[in-house]
Amino acid sequence: MTDAFGRQAALIERLWWPTLWVLTAIYIAVMIALAYAMLRRRHVDEVKSEVRTARWVGAAIAGTVVILFAYFISDLFTARAIAGIERKDGVTIEVTGLQWWWRVEYSDSVPERRLTTANEIHIPVGRPVRIITSSADVIHSFWIRELHGKRDLIPGDKSEFWLRADSAGVFRGQCAEFCGLEHAKMALVVVAEPEAQFQAWYDRQLSAARVPPVAVTRADSLIRSGHDVFVTKACVMCHTIRGTTAGSSIGPDLTHLASRRMIAAGTRTNTRGNLAGWVVDPQGIKPGALMPPNNLTPAELEALISFLESLK
Amino acid sequence: MKRLVIVALLLSIAACDREAREYRPGPPTASPAPFVRQTPLQPGAPTDLLGSAAYQENRWAVSEGQRLYNGFNCVGCHANGGGGIGPALADRKWKYGSEPDQIFATIVEGRAEGMPSFGGKIGNAEVWRLVAYVRALGKLTPEDTWPSRTDDIGEASPVGNGQ
Amino acid sequence: MTSPELTHPVPPTRLDDEEVANLEEVWTDRPGLYGFLATVDHKRIATRYIVSAFFFFALAGVGALMMRTQLALPENRLLGPDFYRQVFTVHGTTMMFIFAVPVMQAVGLYLVPLMIGTRNVAFPRLNALGFWVYLIGSLLLWVSFFMNTGPDAGWFSYVPLAGPEYGPGKRSDVWAQTITFTEISAIISAIEIIVTVFKQRAPGMTLNRVPLFVWAMVVTSFMVLFAMPTVATASAMLALDRLVGTHFFNVAEGGDPLLWQHLFWFFGHPEVYIIFIPATGLISSMLPALTRREVFGYPLILMALVGTAFMSFGLWVHHMFAAGIPMLGGSFFTAASVMIAIPTGVQIFCWIATIWTGRPRLTVAMHYLLGFFFIFVIGGMTGVMIASVPLDWQLHDSFFIVAHFHYVLIGGAVFPLLGAVHHWFPKVTGRMMSEKLGRIAFWFTFAGMNITFFPMHFLGIYGMPRRVYTYLDGLGWNGLNLTATIGSYILAVGVLLFVFNAVRSRLAGAPASADPWGADTLEWATSSPPPSYAFANIPIVHGRSPMWTREPGEGAVTGLDSKESLDEQQRMTLITSVIDARPDGRHKDPNPTILPMLAGLAIGGALIACLFTPWGLPIGSVLVLIPLLLWGYPHKPAAEAEVE
Repeated sequence: MTDAFGRQAALIERLWWPTLWVLTAIYIAVMIALAYAMLRRRHVDEVKSEVRTARWVGAAIAGTVVILFAYFISDLFTARAIAGIERKDGVTIEVTGLQWWWRVEYSDSVPERRLTTANEIHIPVGRPVRIITSSADVIHSFWIRELHGKRDLIPGDKSEFWLRADSAGVFRGQCAEFCGLEHAKMALVVVAEPEAQFQAWYDRQLSAARVPPVAVTRADSLIRSGHDVFVTKACVMCHTIRGTTAGSSIGPDLTHLASRRMIAAGTRTNTRGNLAGWVVDPQGIKPGALMPPNNLTPAELEALISFLESLK
Repeated sequence: MKRLVIVALLLSIAACDREAREYRPGPPTASPAPFVRQTPLQPGAPTDLLGSAAYQENRWAVSEGQRLYNGFNCVGCHANGGGGIGPALADRKWKYGSEPDQIFATIVEGRAEGMPSFGGKIGNAEVWRLVAYVRALGKLTPEDTWPSRTDDIGEASPVGNGQ
Repeated sequence: MTSPELTHPVPPTRLDDEEVANLEEVWTDRPGLYGFLATVDHKRIATRYIVSAFFFFALAGVGALMMRTQLALPENRLLGPDFYRQVFTVHGTTMMFIFAVPVMQAVGLYLVPLMIGTRNVAFPRLNALGFWVYLIGSLLLWVSFFMNTGPDAGWFSYVPLAGPEYGPGKRSDVWAQTITFTEISAIISAIEIIVTVFKQRAPGMTLNRVPLFVWAMVVTSFMVLFAMPTVATASAMLALDRLVGTHFFNVAEGGDPLLWQHLFWFFGHPEVYIIFIPATGLISSMLPALTRREVFGYPLILMALVGTAFMSFGLWVHHMFAAGIPMLGGSFFTAASVMIAIPTGVQIFCWIATIWTGRPRLTVAMHYLLGFFFIFVIGGMTGVMIASVPLDWQLHDSFFIVAHFHYVLIGGAVFPLLGAVHHWFPKVTGRMMSEKLGRIAFWFTFAGMNITFFPMHFLGIYGMPRRVYTYLDGLGWNGLNLTATIGSYILAVGVLLFVFNAVRSRLAGAPASADPWGADTLEWATSSPPPSYAFANIPIVHGRSPMWTREPGEGAVTGLDSKESLDEQQRMTLITSVIDARPDGRHKDPNPTILPMLAGLAIGGALIACLFTPWGLPIGSVLVLIPLLLWGYPHKPAAEAEVE
């Protein structure tokens, strides 16, 4: 509505402001008419002219019809313009809503260049983006207000829409359809960045995690033991980290967790403290989230966090 | 009207355990893994160390157990209770016992002939939810806790319903 | 105004005291508990309905305060997500199904028979049954809520969230069953009103002289008859999916979650107008008294009512624009949604013209009507905005919508209703409500309402989605949310003052005359409060404003002598023809009986048992059959006779 960074949002904004001002003007006119009707001085022997009143009422109705018709036409043109985006050379992203996070899959004609990540979407500025929507459980709704309006993610009903960011920025989106307990904490981050930066990010995301083969430094040994914690404790039951034996798809893919801005589906910034707090007590942050609390010793926790922070 | 409110308030005291939803069981800090008792005898006052009671007759715990059962691929061997590679869970035969703590032990310790040990990989609360669901599959819990159909392809409902 | 085209001459005689005493005796309920439970008097039942609806309104209002308190601060831990989702679901369900629709129908059940000059509604026992079913359904919802089994998937219960897999437990079952109860009572009330208006109008009240509130209730009742079966179907399908494992909404087996949305909103959008149209009727019927002239443009307003009713069935998809609608379809529903602003505009212009050409009086009721204009028109404007597909994509399911529909429903229904309570309170209770306290309550309500909901427009535009139990710090939403919370407390003070005023006035208000406002409709012709038989002499109507169009030298209302038309030794109502309201016959009105309550209890028991076992249906049906058989058991043949 305001702060449009994308083509679609800009088109909507262009319809919004005139609509707002015209309707506000009508509202004020109605209120003035009402106030005058209440307060106007009445002559004792005033002859009420029903015909003249009827003329005024008729004019008001006619005005309403004309304004609404004009509004309807501009609405049609806006909808057409939004649908009429150029669709050449687009990035295709499949967004799947789950309770309560987002799976993000970039498709590519080359299988090795397909990418799965979660809760953070990068898009190149100026290139059209095709978003394919689906849901793995209940109905969610995908909404980045700076780029486009909402689109529901409906189980069993894959559909698609297009959007395009026209200037760079980092946007917060949030699920807009009530999807259960943690609907309030199901957010995501969208980063619109120049093509080169996007490509660099994409290539980095394609790489698998690398666990130091030999522990030379203390940091390396911490990372190695963190990796061991990850694959022997509960983490491995739900998460994938490419390059390790962890390969479950119940929870978000964590291969490049450290490169993300937020954790817990846009609920906390990605800092060491927040990450540790989330691993130990997710139910304290998102009560009802599907991630269970983890009983780790302080040493295990420190190693695990070091490992997760190495996943750039 | 006032009387109705009082009745409602009284009822709320006896609020339904079956509908309770405990999202944050126990302290989130490290605690020892539960042991499995071989006997109910114990010195001192009775305690509920096993902590299973809160889960066994709770509708939400059963539902969460069902989600975990599918997520952790119990389905792979036990199917929707009918068995396959592993034994059926919806029949009346329980090789290692059907009591909650016995099923808990089976999941945590693993059993010969292929049942893996999930000890250390699944938190206690999650195991108890799995236990609750497995017992619902075996119709060992009250009827009201049995799950209805899922939103997946396959059997309309692994347990009961469609009576 | 020409005199009525009655073949029947206006009788000069009126009932004498002894005959009135007879009437009193046959129409008055027995004292004590039995009389209380067995009554079939539409006035007593409707009063009960209204008081219960306001009681649940207050409960749901407390729920709203809890939600606002939770949202006052970011990441507040007061309620928690599980309780919050129950609270907002129960709040919405109560306000829509247990407060708004029933209270409007109840006001209709009270006023319609009086406004058209008859002694009772058409099927008095059915009317009583409707109330008991409503009460049991409402209690089911709230008792479940107190037992931590409150529905938690929103008042719209979207599947699959409300389905068997993602909504375990009995919570959504309770929702579906509550809906069943309210459907039954709403349909019963609709039938009552339609038949009463079509067959029991006072002689001379031809269709073009029917008061606009009565018309509004007729239109609403027809809408109920068409809309409620849809949600009945939908909630039955949901209950079947949940309880017996059918697959209406299961994608994997060929079901469709969007089917639910279509069915629900095909009912859900007319529902809004089912609430709003009676309120417009209240306005149209209060304005003449408040501006001392007939309402301007009676035929225009009537056409607007009927037009709104028709159009309201053609715009349900605008609740689903974000679900991915083909462009042509979207345009159709946009056009319909924009178009419905026209009849509403027509009504507003007509009312302003009425005030303009009348001599308005600033009573408390008038305050509420002016508050209605101020608030509702904002809601109407935002409604036009979200009729557009592109704008709706941004505004849908955000706090902007919360602001929009509270402006529409509080402004468009609650304010006229509170005004109506002030206006008709003297008629119902025989005592005036305090004007001074009423004004204070109004200003609190008015200010609170705007402070609560106006900031929500901005919250929605800044990206805050609906139905969230909390929000993160640093998103720029804190101040607006805190303002809204403060506003909600001011609003609550206003409502409390209103209730206090009503209770105090009921107990110790100044006694009211039969017609304290100099109003134009028939209910003011009888005493305040009306006697159990409503009118000793069935009034004869000479024009649209029967109280204003009497011949010089006549009493308040010319009466049709009961001696000629009705037997005052029995409960009798006069039946008239549908269009011209010529006397057609007379009808023996049934005596009080406890059977409707027993039938209500049996229906309640059966439906609640269905929550737990499918056996509830067959066994319950048999139980329901027993009171119904007794009810229909032939008794002494009633004296049926033609008037002429």
